[in-house]
Amino acid sequence: MLKSTNANEAAAKITALVVDDSRINQSIHRKLLNNLGIENQVAGNGKEAVDVHCSGKQFDLILMDMDMPIMNGIEATRTLRAMGIRSTIAGVSSHSHRGEDVQEFVEAGLDDYQEKPLTSSKLVSILQKVNNN
Amino acid sequence: MEVGQMQRQWVDYTKSLFLEGLLDGQFLQLQQLQDESNPDFVVEVVSLFFDDSEKLLNDITRALEQPSVDFKKIGAHVHQFKGSSSSVGAQRVKNGCIAFRNFCEEQNIDGCVRCLQQLKQEYYLVKNKLKTLFAMEQQIVAAGGSIPMLEISF
Repeated sequence: MLKSTNANEAAAKITALVVDDSRINQSIHRKLLNNLGIENQVAGNGKEAVDVHCSGKQFDLILMDMDMPIMNGIEATRTLRAMGIRSTIAGVSSHSHRGEDVQEFVEAGLDDYQEKPLTSSKLVSILQKVNNN
Repeated sequence: MEVGQMQRQWVDYTKSLFLEGLLDGQFLQLQQLQDESNPDFVVEVVSLFFDDSEKLLNDITRALEQPSVDFKKIGAHVHQFKGSSSSVGAQRVKNGCIAFRNFCEEQNIDGCVRCLQQLKQEYYLVKNKLKTLFAMEQQIVAAGGSIPMLEISF
């Protein structure tokens, strides 16, 4: 269904990093990206995400979970922004939009926030922000 | 049994899982994501969910047995369980987690113990049903058939 949309054509050259400690969400998020033809890789927590960038890699889109061991999504987002990373970062967590934690997450430097579970339509709406960037 | 009959049974069984509220639209999303490039996608994700759930249920059980109960820790486990159950569309497990979290916030041990029992029941119920569903799918494929596309809207 999504395969013929404009979002998919534009997505063809997009690269993404999935940052999530849950293997369930890693699988689902990667599958959602793969189905839109978006090249992607995984980081298991915020620190891994920062390390990947320290090694020189960059992505158009980062799907960032909030609660993770070692380094959470708020700290990782803040660190990446302090490093000058300008990728579109979308927070994706099971916390409600209205929560205080989510407010802190957004202020850390998110371009978008979506409540889990992530779906094809939520991903397409995130991708519109990538294309605007 | 011929393939057509197996497929009809599969459709009826799947629909019953939605009608009983065991699964919600997110499970349908996962089914729709599955394609020829990854025909075992749903089974793989759900297997990860089973592994995760059993570990979390053990952790919560152990945490509730401690002489001084750490409600914050239990709340974090339950929140994680809510996230994973909503990711696979295990609706009644997810709802059980929401109720459980309220008792954690109230620091109500009896309420937490009751919720844990309820959560275990809901989890093992949906696990058994999903295993039955996957076994039916294997039989259909073994007989040379394909898994029908479901048309349900939420």
